[in-house]
Amino acid sequence: MSTLDKSDVEKIAFLARLGIDEQDIPEYATNLSNILDMVEQLDSVDTDGVKPMAHPLDAVQRLRADVVTESNDRENLQSHAPEVEQGLYLVPRVVE
Amino acid sequence: MHNKTIAELSAGLKAGEFSSVELTQSYLDRINSLDEQLNSFITVTPELALEQAKQADEQRAAGNAGILNGIPLAQKDIFCTKGVKTSCGSKMLDPFISPYNATTINKFNDSGSVMLGKTNMDEFAMGSSNETSWYGAVQNPWRKNAVPGGSSGGSAAAVAARLAPAATGTDTGGSIRQPASFCGITGLKPTYGRVSRYGMIAFASSLDQAGPMTRTAEDAALMLNVMAGFDPRDSTSVEETVPDYTANLNDSMAGLKIGLPKEYFSEGLDDAVAKVIESAVKEYEKMGAVIKEISLPTSNLAVPTYYIIAPSECSSNLSRMDGVRFGHRCEDPKDLNDLYIRSRGEGFGTEVKRRILVGTYALSEGFYDAYYVKAQKTRRLITNDFNQAFADVDVIMGPAAPSTAFNIGELTDDPITMYLSDIYTIAVNLAGLPGMSIPAGFVNDMPVGLQLIGKHFAESKLLNVAHQFQQATDWHTKAPAAFK
Repeated sequence: MSTLDKSDVEKIAFLARLGIDEQDIPEYATNLSNILDMVEQLDSVDTDGVKPMAHPLDAVQRLRADVVTESNDRENLQSHAPEVEQGLYLVPRVVE
Repeated sequence: MHNKTIAELSAGLKAGEFSSVELTQSYLDRINSLDEQLNSFITVTPELALEQAKQADEQRAAGNAGILNGIPLAQKDIFCTKGVKTSCGSKMLDPFISPYNATTINKFNDSGSVMLGKTNMDEFAMGSSNETSWYGAVQNPWRKNAVPGGSSGGSAAAVAARLAPAATGTDTGGSIRQPASFCGITGLKPTYGRVSRYGMIAFASSLDQAGPMTRTAEDAALMLNVMAGFDPRDSTSVEETVPDYTANLNDSMAGLKIGLPKEYFSEGLDDAVAKVIESAVKEYEKMGAVIKEISLPTSNLAVPTYYIIAPSECSSNLSRMDGVRFGHRCEDPKDLNDLYIRSRGEGFGTEVKRRILVGTYALSEGFYDAYYVKAQKTRRLITNDFNQAFADVDVIMGPAAPSTAFNIGELTDDPITMYLSDIYTIAVNLAGLPGMSIPAGFVNDMPVGLQLIGKHFAESKLLNVAHQFQQATDWHTKAPAAFK
């Protein structure tokens, strides 16, 4: 049984940088605990010697030649950003 | 006109019975007058559609028209469309006007087809009922207050209601096949890597795959002919030649070996749905197919395996939604963490948050091996089961979903029961196999889908098997009473 409490949910939410309303935390804790209980069925399965499957066709990452293929499209790509100045994305001050 | 298939509309355009502008306008009129009841579209693009239709008519006049030229289609709002809002069903991307096209959109544009608009969906494709959409639930055209299924619920409802001849969908754990089943249409999830994922907003990258949602298998073949193919812009795209998917539609069913997994007909399956599936299988027997009971012993591991892998991959993929480069940003962030936390907290809905939290937990330090790596191992066991089964049979059949469409609100407080509505579809994604759902009958006037599962890259075989069923039955021609 995996039981997550309020402080677990707060910790995970911070790791995910995900704001959650205080009053919703107990419900998330219950639902997450139930989901973890459900997936823990897998613990009883013997997987010794089974190779983890990352790609359903067991393909490996394709490599390409290191050449420029895309053109600079900065203006277009930044046109929908929340805040941009002189080609740079703006965020709150990080270093005082 | 709206009851015609793509194949019939294409013939009508070719014969000059109507123009693409007329055809497109007639669908826009239907959407305008009927979609208020369904909410199947998030965005309708009438100006763009009529402009594309005009171009299609000009191309045809110049003697330059392929089979999809001038055919109106609806696109799931998960595909980036340049200059058009691409929301993925989320408040997070409500402000997002895509600066580029998904490869699938480019391919449909090149085919001369017309985009009517973008269809509603569960938020970031996470859901089995279309209720997690920020734009509200979608109604099932067959019964008011029933869900259309999800996540491609808007596409399924629009096609069933004849608001578009066909639409695109995406399927990570059943999101094409389950809504196709609930809405009584034909849906195909191709082999993993068959259709490009470039510009298709990522949910779980090792599972996501796009495919057609149509009224007939023949139309699905015509759509897949456009969608399939290698794309250097998608690192998981497969370099495998694309056949003409219409070429084998008429192959005989005589001697076809059909496997029925006993695990797909056991507890949890509605009795009336089971009867519909059994009579569909009998139809194949009449056509000369050979039925064999098979076993997929790890079937019970599919849902738990999926609910580690999919949330883990989603928590990683959705980290890009950070309020910095695109999408929703909170007001007056006081520092960088506040910007991330509030933008994401405000932009995402409950189900998306739930999955991000599960995935973050499963991938966090100390848990990675116990959850994600363990699930990758059970994923291989599930895949091995299918490989073994396919040594003896050509196609596997069973129900697409354990029941017909449930009611709006019925399962929203019970995520795990909701997850179990994908119990028969999820394993197919884990194994990367192609799967279809085709209309097979009704229970209490609600459609039931027969699921067909094929070997890797056996889409032609599935389409052939589906087409032959549609030659022998007329379930796929039934229309919901309010939308005939």
